[in-house]
Amino acid sequence: MINKVNQSRPIQFGILFFVFLITYFIIPHSENNYLWRLPPLLKAIPNLIQSLLDNLMFEWFTIPVWDPVWQEYEDKTLFRQITRSISSSVLFLIIFVREIILGGAKTLAVFTSDALSANKYYWPALPWTTVVAGAAILGYQLQGIRLALLAGLGFFYVSVFGQWEPSMQTLSFILISAPVCFILGLSLGIWGFLSKNVEAALQPILNVAQTLPHFSYLVPVLVMFGIGDHAGAIATIIFATPPMVRLTILGLKKISPDVVDSGLMSGCSKFQLMFRVLIPTARRDILIGVNQVIMQCLAMTVIASFIGARGLGFNLKVALNNLKIGHAAEIGICVVIIAVILDKMSLAWANKQKDYFANLNFYQRNKSFLIFLIVAILGIIVAYIGTFYFKGGINYFYFVPFAKGLSISPFLDAGVDWIWETFFYTLNSFNIFLLTNVLVPMKNSYLGMPVISTFILVMGAGYIIGGIRSSIIVGSLILFIALSEYWDRALITAYMATFAVLASAIIGLVVGSICAQNKFLTNFGLMICDFFQTFPSFIYLIPVILLFGITDTSVMIAAISYATVPATRYTIEGLRSVPSELHDAGSMSGVSRFQRWTNIELPLAFPHIMLGVNQTVIFTLMMVVIGALIGTEDLGQLIMGAISRKNGAGLGLTLGIFVSFMCLAVDNLIRTWADERKKLLGIE
Amino acid sequence: MTDRSEINNNKPVIKCDSVYKIFGNNAKKLLENSEGQVDAKTFQEAGCIVGVNNASFEVNKGEMLVVMGLSGSGKSTLLRCISRLTDATSGKIFIDGENLLEMNSRQLIELRRNKMGMVFQSFALLPHKTVLENIAFPLMMKKTGTDESINKALEMVELVGLKGRENYFPRELSGGQQQRVGIARSLAIEPDIWFLDEPFSALDPLIRKEMQDEFLRLQGVLNKTIMFVTHDFDEALRLADRIAIMKDGIIEQLDTPDNIVLNPATEYVQKFTQDIPREKVLKIESIMEPVNSNSSQSLTISKDAIIETVAESILNSKETLTVINPKNNNEIVGSLNPSKVVKVLFGNSKTEN
Repeated sequence: MINKVNQSRPIQFGILFFVFLITYFIIPHSENNYLWRLPPLLKAIPNLIQSLLDNLMFEWFTIPVWDPVWQEYEDKTLFRQITRSISSSVLFLIIFVREIILGGAKTLAVFTSDALSANKYYWPALPWTTVVAGAAILGYQLQGIRLALLAGLGFFYVSVFGQWEPSMQTLSFILISAPVCFILGLSLGIWGFLSKNVEAALQPILNVAQTLPHFSYLVPVLVMFGIGDHAGAIATIIFATPPMVRLTILGLKKISPDVVDSGLMSGCSKFQLMFRVLIPTARRDILIGVNQVIMQCLAMTVIASFIGARGLGFNLKVALNNLKIGHAAEIGICVVIIAVILDKMSLAWANKQKDYFANLNFYQRNKSFLIFLIVAILGIIVAYIGTFYFKGGINYFYFVPFAKGLSISPFLDAGVDWIWETFFYTLNSFNIFLLTNVLVPMKNSYLGMPVISTFILVMGAGYIIGGIRSSIIVGSLILFIALSEYWDRALITAYMATFAVLASAIIGLVVGSICAQNKFLTNFGLMICDFFQTFPSFIYLIPVILLFGITDTSVMIAAISYATVPATRYTIEGLRSVPSELHDAGSMSGVSRFQRWTNIELPLAFPHIMLGVNQTVIFTLMMVVIGALIGTEDLGQLIMGAISRKNGAGLGLTLGIFVSFMCLAVDNLIRTWADERKKLLGIE
Repeated sequence: MTDRSEINNNKPVIKCDSVYKIFGNNAKKLLENSEGQVDAKTFQEAGCIVGVNNASFEVNKGEMLVVMGLSGSGKSTLLRCISRLTDATSGKIFIDGENLLEMNSRQLIELRRNKMGMVFQSFALLPHKTVLENIAFPLMMKKTGTDESINKALEMVELVGLKGRENYFPRELSGGQQQRVGIARSLAIEPDIWFLDEPFSALDPLIRKEMQDEFLRLQGVLNKTIMFVTHDFDEALRLADRIAIMKDGIIEQLDTPDNIVLNPATEYVQKFTQDIPREKVLKIESIMEPVNSNSSQSLTISKDAIIETVAESILNSKETLTVINPKNNNEIVGSLNPSKVVKVLFGNSKTEN
């Protein structure tokens, strides 16, 4: 009997669940019962972080600083001085790029003459026609005619629909953040690759940084760097650098040891080995890292607008706040277009293999650039002609101002109205059904869970999957949350995440399994996943608000649709990676299609699918927190609310770390399980 | 292949003196405690893996030493110790009389830039560089001028027969062609010492044969000091001046191909040799009778001829032949009775010698 229990996971989980249920119903719900709720021993942590930060910013180590305006020395703290100089240099760079793209180079004047005569030098922006053509040429150069069309038409849309200015503001923001992330990530990655200790130290920081909800950076950044575009950029840099570090380390580690040896035997010094052999060999992985960085930067645009970043994100936030759905959708489309173009371009760059060009002459080598020059001149001439043609101050050949372009928002609004009128009862009854019959009972059962039951369930699962080690890791991560005063909020977050994860995992498994049945569907499915994966998370909120208004259901549906993408993708990839010999062996054993799926494909693809589920958990938690934008009552709402609170920095960071710990606990369980299965199956 | 009698025996190019390589955390300590008596099993129990166990040998100038062993026998580890891609745990290695293990990284880089070349099993070409750039790479690392490097690399391209493919990328070449690039790269700096780590193992059998011929041709022209690692006994017999057979880190036997086939030192070595057709390996020299002055001058035969190639004419002659040394004014060195050849070809018993 005991033997059987030792061997069978399902029986172990059954027993665990049984114990869980017993404690669930036995423990009395009373505030003084520590088995029901732990005392908030760690209540002081947010304030502690806050006062540490305040101390650092306003009291610690003052130095005299020369104030040119008052002509005297003033005492300022060192740390604040450092952060403020970082702020001003980042801000300078953003404005500089922005002025180059949008015209009016006032910052350039700083270099050329004294600041007072700044306005004398006027640097006009390039006409939009030129930029559209430039994007198309770049696309052609990177991949071919399809990318050229995509890039050209995309920028054409952005321009014609009057979103040029905010789009370029967003772009300038990315043009500064992404290179900083790249350099920072590459250097940290190289450092981590060279030193095992550094890598060991980086790993947990990267884990937390990647699972920390976007919102929780905002207030600390706000306190340290002030409000404005630069703060947005800095928050973005913190968020977008980890994947770059990871991919750099991964890419460098993947290099075959023979290549390293061949470099050494060619007599490379350490420096030559790194920059002439290793980094060029890992080029593709590093450039995929750049792609990730760009996508993360875009994902931050809306969130960064909370601390003053201008651009599409800001406009979108305003539109959402005012419930102008049509307008929001229009901006959302713009964001998606830019995201898709940047994604495809950076991927094309990563996959482009170097060609031999030393035998080409000057014109052949610089063909694209020369064509761009000609197009630029043509564009400028057309824009100049436009000044005579268009009366009334707006030259449409040069620049289409905001609100003067085409707009589909009336149609969208009409569409929304129509949907509301036609489907109101259906949608509403679905909404009410889901809320009253599923979500609310589920939420209540989560809230009615004694803390000791939670620990039994979580640590028990940890013990069954990964032994005492996993059990302790998971337990201590959760304990940290349980000892705060936000346990109930965390439970609400957990309930929303559980529901969304279950739903997306099931949908992903089914859709993925169907797609994996044949080659055409596989490619189609992966293409769709690629497409949806480029959407920044908040984009998903637009259609759901449109359909379901401001309720938990909206957040849930947004989280499910967002998180279904990785579940589907990993299922397809896992199933397709089953070796064809096994399919043949199965066929010769006379399996039916369904038997093949359950007996051959699923067990072999299981570890990979679990990694997909892992991604799903992270994606849902991120989305649930972002859901605070449209109103929920979980941790997310508190994190967002922290912006307007006095101890906001400490609170935001602490709550963010709670969410991060929830991610890490699940991550630990799933990874341990997947690794064990992998070892059993002999994969890797 | 060079004639051993001609090798300048003054000073070995590579000299190993009881070299050990043991992987594991406390390898050094364990080795010190064992006082030279390393037993793989006891070390394994202590969590260490023995890579190379007490290797001592010399390689002379212009000689080709083939290190043969199955996977895990420590042959590649030995090569990596001598190129100092890994540091030996204990022992001494001399390259041209200089102690390799005492060199600092600057000296090591200098040594590799000027004296050593290496070819790898997986080719290890840089994917972002053309054939020509790959070959010129060691020269560029040495900071040789671009024009000079390119000219030298072009020379090498021609040497390995890749003319016309200078501007291809490795991804556009077949395996055999890629390894030609690897060979050309390792030769670009005109090294004295040439390391080859299973260079042909990743190739198809036909291509492998072709590359071996090519390799012998190159060595005939260049006459480098070579350490060649392989797991293929036939390849070892075909190429080697001397063969070192390794098992579990220990060199079981180090001798000429003839002697290894005729007198395998251990049972393990015999397992390799027993199925080897002797006539394909042995030279006339190894089965002839020592000098017999009374021999008739009717039919002569070179002492360096492989038995198989001359067997037909020997068997047809039916009388005792005179064995001469063509490299030394056709001096008579021995005689050969055809019956001896019959025995080698058809006899199952071990040839007495």
